[in-house]
Amino acid sequence: MNSLVRTKELYKDFDDVSAVDGVGFEVEKGEVFGFLGPNGAGKTTTVRMITGVLEPDSGEIWVNGKNVLQNPVEAKKEVGIAPEVSNVYGEMTGWQNLMFMGQLYDVPEDEREARGKDLLELFGLHDRRDDEVKGYSKGMKKRLVLAMALIHDPPLLFLDEPTSGLDVQSRRLIKERIRDMKRQGKTIFLTTHDIPVANELCDRVALINHGKIAVIDTPESLKGAMEETQSVEVRFEENPDFSDLEGLENVEKVEKDQNKFRIYTDTPVETQRSLLNFADEEDHRVTAIKTLGPSLEDAFVEFTGSDE
Amino acid sequence: MKIFSQLKKSLAIAKKNLRIYYMKGPVLIFGLLLPFFFFLSFWLGREMSPLMLGTALVGMAIWFTSTSISPVITPWETMTKTLERLISSPVGHGWILLGDILASATIGLIMTAVPLVLALILLDLAVFHPLVLTLVLILGSLCFSAVGVLISALPTDSPSDVMMLSSLVKFPLVFISGIFIPINELPGWGQIVSYFSPLTYFTNLVRWSFDGNVGFGTSQLLNLVILTALLILFSCLAVFAHKKALPKRL
Repeated sequence: MNSLVRTKELYKDFDDVSAVDGVGFEVEKGEVFGFLGPNGAGKTTTVRMITGVLEPDSGEIWVNGKNVLQNPVEAKKEVGIAPEVSNVYGEMTGWQNLMFMGQLYDVPEDEREARGKDLLELFGLHDRRDDEVKGYSKGMKKRLVLAMALIHDPPLLFLDEPTSGLDVQSRRLIKERIRDMKRQGKTIFLTTHDIPVANELCDRVALINHGKIAVIDTPESLKGAMEETQSVEVRFEENPDFSDLEGLENVEKVEKDQNKFRIYTDTPVETQRSLLNFADEEDHRVTAIKTLGPSLEDAFVEFTGSDE
Repeated sequence: MKIFSQLKKSLAIAKKNLRIYYMKGPVLIFGLLLPFFFFLSFWLGREMSPLMLGTALVGMAIWFTSTSISPVITPWETMTKTLERLISSPVGHGWILLGDILASATIGLIMTAVPLVLALILLDLAVFHPLVLTLVLILGSLCFSAVGVLISALPTDSPSDVMMLSSLVKFPLVFISGIFIPINELPGWGQIVSYFSPLTYFTNLVRWSFDGNVGFGTSQLLNLVILTALLILFSCLAVFAHKKALPKRL
């Protein structure tokens, strides 16, 4: 069996509201699996059920061949979790947090100390290991949470919004570590709102909405399914009237983003030509123009019916 | 082997709790200051025998200190979201609660050592049954901590909500458990309620261990058995209530 996570017909209601409605999917060993959906779509509830925090009303869940409902303790050992909220103990030092996690996951003392040192160095926290975590920055806490998720060297990692709210350096470091983990053969279940991150890191993504999986596919295939959503991005030295652009041939929709326009069309090459002609005739200088394919964000909006 | 592994994790959780919570406000206020002034208000201006006073001092100290952090831990961890981290780790929910009970009982025992020594020195008391007293102190601190953990099953992320509920339970029990007022002097309803209070059996046993006139007999055995049974009962109820409350906490 090559799947590391397998869920079948998962259902969960809260006070007669269906949070998860028949969710079933598999995550292959070694892949980065993105789990995307609008707020309240059922992402967190699904992840909580897979990680053994919540019991489903019905359904089946296996993690690395272990049945989460029948043998939760053994199944939880297969998983490392880095939640969106950095839920670390602020009154304890980074090192104490890490060692505490190691104890909860049955990591022998020698091994957890050696691995703890390596992880703190890997995530750039070694110099602050003896400081109380309440003095850490947001990025440092996120990195510590990732280190804590790895202390027992699990084959599967659940990362919830690992890059949200971080500065560029921390964001880059975390993305690089996720790529490293994939290279080491770890399976990563990535829950995120950050579509560019999902596009960049994920082998496959699942889009969930109203508690149901809308689609599961590779980012490229999802974008391919949106062929009609092509556009031309153009930047002028001095902006023309919005209505002039809308009036051009084959233009379906025009969006303005600061000093550039995104023009949706079925025929991007012809539209580029029309735009250049329009610029010549109206004496507007074009400073940049390019054709854009459909984005994962377009697919997200299309499949989830959300413009979040 | 699995039980041993889970027990080790309970001890790790207890150590973590001691590290984090021993200096929190509720320990100092509800565990030390309040019982101290409570004790003074009963002592000053009243004629009480050294045996009664010594028992009251030890009973008050262990009751309030053992129930000082156990009601706070779960709402606090709900608030800081660390509860979900514990629940998602390979530790059974009951074993997590055992860690809370052990931490709270340890604080209770350590903080009761001072009033116990004071009682022995200042009130000129002697311990005639040290082994039984040790066992009673351990059982009592565990049982009272379990009461605190049961109270903390209230599904809230606000420690002050639980402290309020906890005070509603803790203070009345002092009056109906034979600490300051002998149980046979209580009104009928008070005597009935006193049978449900673990503090009653603890107080009986501590008073007996300071009293050299009576040997270990059926009454003492019965008190020990009931205290143990209440420890098991409160622990089981706590596990049940916490499991039920968990979805509301997440």
